[in-house]
Amino acid sequence: MAARESTESRLAFWATALPPLLWVAVFFLIPLGVIWAYSFGENLGLTGVSISGTFANYARAFEPLYLQIFAKSVFVAGVTTLLCLIIGFPVALAIVFASERWRPWLLLLVMLPFWTNLLIRTYALIAVLRTEGYVNYGLAWIWESASWLKTLVGLEPLAPYEPLQLLYNNFAVVFGLVYVHLPFMVLPLYAALDRLDRSLMEASLDLGAGHLRTLFSIVVPLALPGIISGVIITFVPALGAYLTPDLLGGPDSQMIANVIERQFKKANDWPFGAALSFLLMYATFIAIALRAYLSRGKAADAHGI
Amino acid sequence: MANEIFSRLNGSASRRSFLAGLGAAAVGFSFSRKGFAAEEKKLNFYNWDTYIGETTLDDFKTASGIDVNMSLFATNDELFAKLRAGNPGYDVIVPGSEFVERMVQANLLEPLDHAKIPNIKNVAPEFINDAPYDPGRKYSLPYTWLVIGIAFRKSKVKETPDSWKVLFESDQYKGRISVMSDASELYRHVFKYLGHSANKPTPELILEAEKILKKQKPFIKSFHEDNGQDLLLSGEVDVVMEYNGDIAQIMTEDDDISFIVPKEGALKQSDTLAIPKGAPHPENAHAFINFLLDANTGKEIYETIKFPSPNAAATALMPDDYKNNPVIFPPADLVAKCEYPQYAGTEITRLLDESMTRLRAD
Repeated sequence: MAARESTESRLAFWATALPPLLWVAVFFLIPLGVIWAYSFGENLGLTGVSISGTFANYARAFEPLYLQIFAKSVFVAGVTTLLCLIIGFPVALAIVFASERWRPWLLLLVMLPFWTNLLIRTYALIAVLRTEGYVNYGLAWIWESASWLKTLVGLEPLAPYEPLQLLYNNFAVVFGLVYVHLPFMVLPLYAALDRLDRSLMEASLDLGAGHLRTLFSIVVPLALPGIISGVIITFVPALGAYLTPDLLGGPDSQMIANVIERQFKKANDWPFGAALSFLLMYATFIAIALRAYLSRGKAADAHGI
Repeated sequence: MANEIFSRLNGSASRRSFLAGLGAAAVGFSFSRKGFAAEEKKLNFYNWDTYIGETTLDDFKTASGIDVNMSLFATNDELFAKLRAGNPGYDVIVPGSEFVERMVQANLLEPLDHAKIPNIKNVAPEFINDAPYDPGRKYSLPYTWLVIGIAFRKSKVKETPDSWKVLFESDQYKGRISVMSDASELYRHVFKYLGHSANKPTPELILEAEKILKKQKPFIKSFHEDNGQDLLLSGEVDVVMEYNGDIAQIMTEDDDISFIVPKEGALKQSDTLAIPKGAPHPENAHAFINFLLDANTGKEIYETIKFPSPNAAATALMPDDYKNNPVIFPPADLVAKCEYPQYAGTEITRLLDESMTRLRAD
């Protein structure tokens, strides 16, 4: 009886697990394996790649030029993640403390941008930030109004308005990345904060801790797993960002994904592009492993108590 | 070519299918060729955006009963990357002249049967005889031709910027200029500016050009892909490196814009019609190419896209403001200084790309 039950449940397991496993194998593991193999290959004429087992592509990827671009990408993604955390935390907290009636609407607002293609959102951002864009129009209007007010009271008018250069520089890249990745930060933070036991916060406030102290001594430590999730889920895609630096960036806003893209197109050097892609992926694995390690340390701590 | 959003959208779609294509390549998947006699009334056309007449495809269907399914690519590199893993089913493609050479070398193009394309007689003789990228026109026929030059906003420049110096070695318009991000196109123009041929790149020359560009970089607002005309039109920059055809398109919207081929000369290109290896409908493809080279079809196309026509019979039918437009047909003495870029081989391509990576690194 027991044996038959276990065979049945095993059958049921394979029946449900096989389609997704096949899907992952055919559309993820095999193509990825091809790229991985390419990273040990050499170009053969214009269209061929011979998998010769060479490490030359990785050696080239470790040249200072490419390491510098990796470092710059890590920096840009890091700043983006930090800004997302600083902006996203209060937003998530506000949603948690909003009334039941408002909460679904606020969550919807956070998720709304996902309904629009990233490209369309980026182009919309261009229309907002460019020299003759809405930000500069708005500022010019305020500037001219101030100038007019000054003449009204008999003062010299202001110098003509100089539009801010908001586009085609590193500021625009970080701005665009924060804009795109903010929901990735807010949602895990919301999930973590929503699970918090509010009586702990009330106890802290009752026992005389201020709001800030309660936030940093009670809320942040308890929400730490959510914060780490949010940081990783924001940092990883920001590190591989390609479209945003391409469209909003200036002459020096090149990130590693832009270099990778060029290897597969303009430079027609797939093996080198594959090696760079895999280095990026290894970096991601390390980040995720670090997360697992950190949360295990956390679990051990909890047991200790 | 002008409509960035849609060409970009198309670009991102192709990147996804490019991975799928890799999977297909891995299991040795390839298209079989159907027999000529049993060819269905279908044709897959892979073209640039905004690069066909408004009614051309419908007219072809009326004339031949063949349904044309057109999809779009944004850069030659995208076209090459897509075909390199095996033709996914295209019958007619529109590669730039430099890529014709590259694709012939990579054995990606089907030779054309000139007997099936009688309208070849409409093509201006210089495009048959002077085509170093495809001698004898065995693999490609010209669809448009273009010259790169300097486009500018007339009210914002003191004098006509008739030298590449304005873009490559001057702070006169600092923060108001943009150059192309394609290493091959950008560097070859610097070679021209330095008085060399665009087609004799050496490692030393690449380094020299890199040094000049590195010095110029603080004055450059952006490296643009194919949207220089949009940057100029939206007032983002005042002087920009761009194709004459793209500028002719926006000059109909804004009469403060002009274009000049600099005195040092520039690159000229020709976008061509070709049949990729493994095309499922080669008979239809020949019929379609012949149709596109027809004088009246050509007139309809060039009226829409405003690009220079290599089709003498079609040009003859065009209105004077096209035929005599100095942007679409720049002065002959300047065009004489222009060169078709030749494919420089894998080593130089790699050096150019790495130099570009260095240039943009910090």
